[in-house]
Amino acid sequence: MTTEPPMTTTLTPDTTIDGVATLPPTEVDQPPAAESEVPEQEREVVFRLSEVEVFYGAARAVTGVDLDIARNEITAFIGPSGCGKTTVIRSLNRMHDLTPGARVMGTITYHGENLYSGKVDPAEVRRRIGMVFQKPNPFPKSIYDNIAYGPRINGTRKRSQLDDIVEHALTRAALWGEVKDKLKSSALGLSGGQAQRLCIARALAVDPDVLLMDEPCSALDPIATARIEDLMHELKDNLTIVIVTHNMQQAARVSDRTAFYTAEPDEEGRRVGKLVEYDVTETIFTKPGDPRTEGYITGRFG
Amino acid sequence: MTATVVPPAPPTPRSPSGSILRPRKATGWRRFKSGLASVLFVLAFVAAAIPLIALVYYVTREGLKVFSWEFLTTELPFSQRSVDGGIGPAVVGTIVITVGATLMAVPLGVLGGIYLNEYAGKSKFGALVRFLSEILTGVPSIVMGLFIYTFWVLRVKEQTGFAGSLALACLMLPVVIRTSEEMLKLVPHELREGSLALGSRKSRTIRTVVLPHAAPGIVSGSLLAVARAAGETAPLLFTIGATQTANWNLFEGTNTALSVQIFGNANSPYIPAQERAFGAAFTLILIVFVATALARIVTVVYTRRVSGKS
Amino acid sequence: MTQVLDPPASGAAPEPPPPLVGGPRPPGYLADRTFRIVAVLAGVMVLVILALIIWVLFDNSLEWFREEGIGSVFSLDWAPNEGKYGAGALVIMTLMVAVIALLLAVPVSVGIALFINEIAPRRARLPIVFVVDLLAAIPSVVFGLWVLRQLASPLADIYADVHNLVKDVPILGDVFGDPSASGLAIMTAGIVVGIMIMPIVTAITREVFATTPASQKEATLAMGATRWEMIRGAIFPHSRSGVVAAVIIGFGRAVGETIAVALVIGSSQVLTENVFAPGDTLASIIANQFGEASGVQRSALIGFGLVLLAMTIVLGIIARSILRRANRRLGIA
Repeated sequence: MTTEPPMTTTLTPDTTIDGVATLPPTEVDQPPAAESEVPEQEREVVFRLSEVEVFYGAARAVTGVDLDIARNEITAFIGPSGCGKTTVIRSLNRMHDLTPGARVMGTITYHGENLYSGKVDPAEVRRRIGMVFQKPNPFPKSIYDNIAYGPRINGTRKRSQLDDIVEHALTRAALWGEVKDKLKSSALGLSGGQAQRLCIARALAVDPDVLLMDEPCSALDPIATARIEDLMHELKDNLTIVIVTHNMQQAARVSDRTAFYTAEPDEEGRRVGKLVEYDVTETIFTKPGDPRTEGYITGRFG
Repeated sequence: MTATVVPPAPPTPRSPSGSILRPRKATGWRRFKSGLASVLFVLAFVAAAIPLIALVYYVTREGLKVFSWEFLTTELPFSQRSVDGGIGPAVVGTIVITVGATLMAVPLGVLGGIYLNEYAGKSKFGALVRFLSEILTGVPSIVMGLFIYTFWVLRVKEQTGFAGSLALACLMLPVVIRTSEEMLKLVPHELREGSLALGSRKSRTIRTVVLPHAAPGIVSGSLLAVARAAGETAPLLFTIGATQTANWNLFEGTNTALSVQIFGNANSPYIPAQERAFGAAFTLILIVFVATALARIVTVVYTRRVSGKS
Repeated sequence: MTQVLDPPASGAAPEPPPPLVGGPRPPGYLADRTFRIVAVLAGVMVLVILALIIWVLFDNSLEWFREEGIGSVFSLDWAPNEGKYGAGALVIMTLMVAVIALLLAVPVSVGIALFINEIAPRRARLPIVFVVDLLAAIPSVVFGLWVLRQLASPLADIYADVHNLVKDVPILGDVFGDPSASGLAIMTAGIVVGIMIMPIVTAITREVFATTPASQKEATLAMGATRWEMIRGAIFPHSRSGVVAAVIIGFGRAVGETIAVALVIGSSQVLTENVFAPGDTLASIIANQFGEASGVQRSALIGFGLVLLAMTIVLGIIARSILRRANRRLGIA
């Protein structure tokens, strides 16, 4: 599994150690050291996107995305509406396969493997790369059956095993205490925040490697949002998280790295999303390299 | 309030008070016309309700003269003149033939609906299937009877309940396909994505998440289709033959049905035969109404559940 | 741009997951493929059935076409004992029944649709719709039985009165001619069919009316229009083509209606312009004569089935294309 250092145009430098692509670490608490100094701890690359473009039919939704996503970090995608951030996150677990007419061009590798190779089974991709959606979407089943759904389709049938998985997943999603006495009641009775944590638990139950979150808090109140943000911090130790968010404070609070997208007219005047800047979150928010990023952030922060 | 786009109105005569706070009332003539129209619409409904009530009343009154458990279970008499005997074989025939048709048409129809909504999308072939299924809905039932007679009965050289089931199934199929597609369309897309994002396969997602969600609607629509099929006469006339004794076997021997008995006895000059026709008609209406009411209840309960909770 | 850092909390880097490609195929791959194929086949069934119907009916009516000659297939004479098997008279009487049915059903259906959509209080809508549904659920044969046994003789009296009223008026005196004593007549068939197609015409008209944008209705009301003026000014112009489509679909149903017609039309194959006289339609003659027919007569009756099928298919296609065009115009697609 040797990976050539790809020709990325991102601002993040690439290095290869022991054949595993890595990213430099993110913490910037200490003053920057000399350029030549080798970082103490490096991050393994989970996703490497190069020259990614997504089309819906003939319309180009987003273009020129080059970025690496590091393991056990939270990467945030921010930007105005129509900038393609949701389009990009949905390309990471092949959700576009389900949209007729949608095409993903360029290459996306996942731990060095081409995600869109013909030999790759999309169902397996989505089992490893879980997703939480904008609107909580619990199935019209009991809480228990919602969580057990994933393990069941992946072949776990034993009741005792399922019980363990359900408890574990709900505990990780910080929901166990609230629902342990009503596992058999319908998941549709949960509040919005609970339902969203249920969906996170449901995704965790299949033991994914990555969790994609598409504006997971946009339908929730501030208290429920805070709980989910805490949860993301806890999950980060065992998971790689990518989150799309409209809320810039949220990106600043939870993420290690931030990618800023925007939409600009192409040669024919149609608005196409593109990646503007990708860097450590603190850098993006304190000294962005691109005036468009700065404009967006300052505009938003007032 | 949002502004509505209104074409410029002609200048209105100033009312004596001149106050815009007093809304301009429609003139007497215009109000009268509007009221008249409303009355006519109500009358239209009454015009539809009268035949329904008259029919149900008359059929019930006549039907109850002979209706009894014995009437439903005794065999048909050999002579139309006979006052004895019931419609047992016809009840049996209607049950087995309709069940047979349902077992063929509903699974196939639901699968067809799944194809149209989950797989075909906007493809050309999907549009063709959708269009042809609408055309098939309009094919008269007598044509289905002719079709199954020439295609099936002439080939196997035997009139059976199964031939009748085939004809009814052809009539039900497009209805079930349409209902299924409509109901599947109502399943929120997020549920499908939620399931697929867990690594579930499409077929699995359809079977475990999409279908259960759409099931009440499909059940209700299929019940309506079954109710219609149970009352059909024309597709059975030439396909099932005739019998005097109850035949529970769908695949062997001739059969009969309530609708066919009504058709055969309606024109009879003999009073007992006419009474049997009304008894059979009452039974048929009972079956059809119960199925229709059941379908309604399923729909109402289901809509209440969905809209109440999510 | 490299930064020096605190060691991350998680400590050593975790093991990378197993490769995506090369492992055992996760469960359900084959089942997925099979399910898809089965679903496609179910869709194909529709196509197969329709093609079979057309082919089988055509194949079995060839004898009729050959015997009668293409030119006289639609001749007005139906006389099996003389070897005459023309469909013309039956086609015309079928159309007469359908037109009478539409004249009765369409105004009533439009009225009910407006009553349900615009006038009835919200809570009364469901019961009203239910009543119309029940009307649609009553089997054709029960309608026939009811009209035959209860309605036919009072209708005969009414026909006689009407005839006496108009018998000296030219044209009207012929159309409303001498009534049959039994009350079994083209008019009676038209009335039954009218009642029977009302639910479907109502349902489609309702759907069409309901697509009128609320903004347009509000715009007329905001100008001080009465409810009737709103209906005429906003709903009707918006729904014209949809109502036409509903009428055509009702027409298709009326043409194919069999059993009730067979019971109440009086079974006479002689063409008449008198709606109070007995007649026969393509569908009802099949129901009444196919059982005892053989040879060319049987082939001719199958041919009638084919003519009937052709009529309903053509009407269906016209109605669908009108509806589709109307929807496209409204951007519903």
